[in-house]
Amino acid sequence: MELISPDFGFFFWMVIAFGIVFFCLAKFAFPVIGKALKQREEKITEALEQAERTHEEMRNLQAKNEELLQQAREEREEMLAEARQYRDKIIEEAKTKAKDETNRLVESAKETIENERKAAMTDIKNEIANISIKIAEKILEKELSTDEAQLKYINEIIKETDNQ
Amino acid sequence: MKIGKYIISLSFLICLLFSTTSFAKAENEPKEEFKAGEVIIEHILDSYDWHIFTWKGHHVSVYLPIIVFNEGKCYTFSSKVFHESDKYVTVNKTNSEELVFAIPHEGKYKGKVVILNADGTQTRPWDISITKNVMALFISCAIILVLFFLVTKAYRERGEKAPKGLQSLFEWLICYVRDDIARKAINEKSVDKYLPYLVTVFFFIFINNLLGLIPIFPFGANITGNIAVTACLALFTFFITNLLGNKEYYKDIFNTPGVPWFLKFPLPLMPIIETVGCFTKPFVLAVRLFANITAGHIVVLGFISSIFIVAQISAAGGAGMSVFSLILVIFVDVIELLVAYIQAYVFTLLSALYFGMASKEHHH
Repeated sequence: MELISPDFGFFFWMVIAFGIVFFCLAKFAFPVIGKALKQREEKITEALEQAERTHEEMRNLQAKNEELLQQAREEREEMLAEARQYRDKIIEEAKTKAKDETNRLVESAKETIENERKAAMTDIKNEIANISIKIAEKILEKELSTDEAQLKYINEIIKETDNQ
Repeated sequence: MKIGKYIISLSFLICLLFSTTSFAKAENEPKEEFKAGEVIIEHILDSYDWHIFTWKGHHVSVYLPIIVFNEGKCYTFSSKVFHESDKYVTVNKTNSEELVFAIPHEGKYKGKVVILNADGTQTRPWDISITKNVMALFISCAIILVLFFLVTKAYRERGEKAPKGLQSLFEWLICYVRDDIARKAINEKSVDKYLPYLVTVFFFIFINNLLGLIPIFPFGANITGNIAVTACLALFTFFITNLLGNKEYYKDIFNTPGVPWFLKFPLPLMPIIETVGCFTKPFVLAVRLFANITAGHIVVLGFISSIFIVAQISAAGGAGMSVFSLILVIFVDVIELLVAYIQAYVFTLLSALYFGMASKEHHH
């Protein structure tokens, strides 16, 4: 029976002892512990957030860098393309110029050649005419060396004229 | 892991010590018949002196002070007086009126200090003696305070740094009570109000349970297995629940929503049931803790006693039995370690649930 009936003295001391323990812990221990735990929690949360932010910033920075790089690459491409175009244009221009020059040279050469040829032809013609006259002189000299021949020739001409 | 190993090896050592001291008792008192029931009950109950061991027929005990009040007068004397003689006679200085104190071995006040009246009747004075259990309670309270002093100091010194040593063990338990017991049972708004009590009660029960498992002086008293202690704790829970209970809680008791009207009027069945429930809840808390811890002590002592019961029949049997009993005692002690934790957890959890009920917010 004593086992299950609470003893007054023990109960009395228990209330006091537990009350003191409860009071001391609630008054001196838990505020310190709670504050420390809270502070640490906050610190950890803050550190994690900071890390997250830094990470985000890093990512942004990286993205920006990537963008810049892309832009630079594009710019370079553009510049290269422009240069290529310019080069091609220059080459094209040079080519055209060269062609024109050549054409002009060829044309002038042709002209000169033609002129030369014409001059040569005129010379040849004159020469041939002279030679022909000389030959004709010689032939006539020879054929009409006699009077008979001369008369005959005159008759022939008269005949021809009559016939006409 | 390290702590677990330490606790297990410690309890093993303790069991060994316990059984050897008990052996000495058996060897030196061969004629006295061993009564297991008496030994066990004597351990479970309180006493005015703290028996440490018996050496060559002499009881080595710590005699504790007896403090009693009778008719507004306080009497204090050592319990050693009852070791020397059966009666203690006080003499009033102004006249020769005497009060005779004694501890009867039988009857209604068996084992308690009483006043022997002239007509042979016994009167029980108000007794707030520092008994064995009270002494053990003071020691364990001092241990709790010292432990928390060290932990608090560690928190002060280490600030926001990671916990270390004892601090990390306590932090684990405190955070466990806070996160897994209190915050799950009580709503966010009022959890801080109840947390100090829940943590205190958890550590109080847990540490007292553990100290109760150590069978050497000055530990091993059956504190949490005493109905006065569990009743006191349960009363704390009861008062905190009901004094801090909100309107919603009282509405649930006296005008339970969702219950047909004929259960409330004309015969207020539900209010009666709910009101009774308010009292049974802490009552069950007290009985559960008391019964679990007492049962653990009884089982361990039962196994130890079985050695001597067999040894009375034959010495060889006793030796054989001691090996068998020792294994069982170690087994039970390890289970008791678990029970020490579980009971602290259950008491705290149920208290938290009651607080949660008393502080819940109404949701439409």
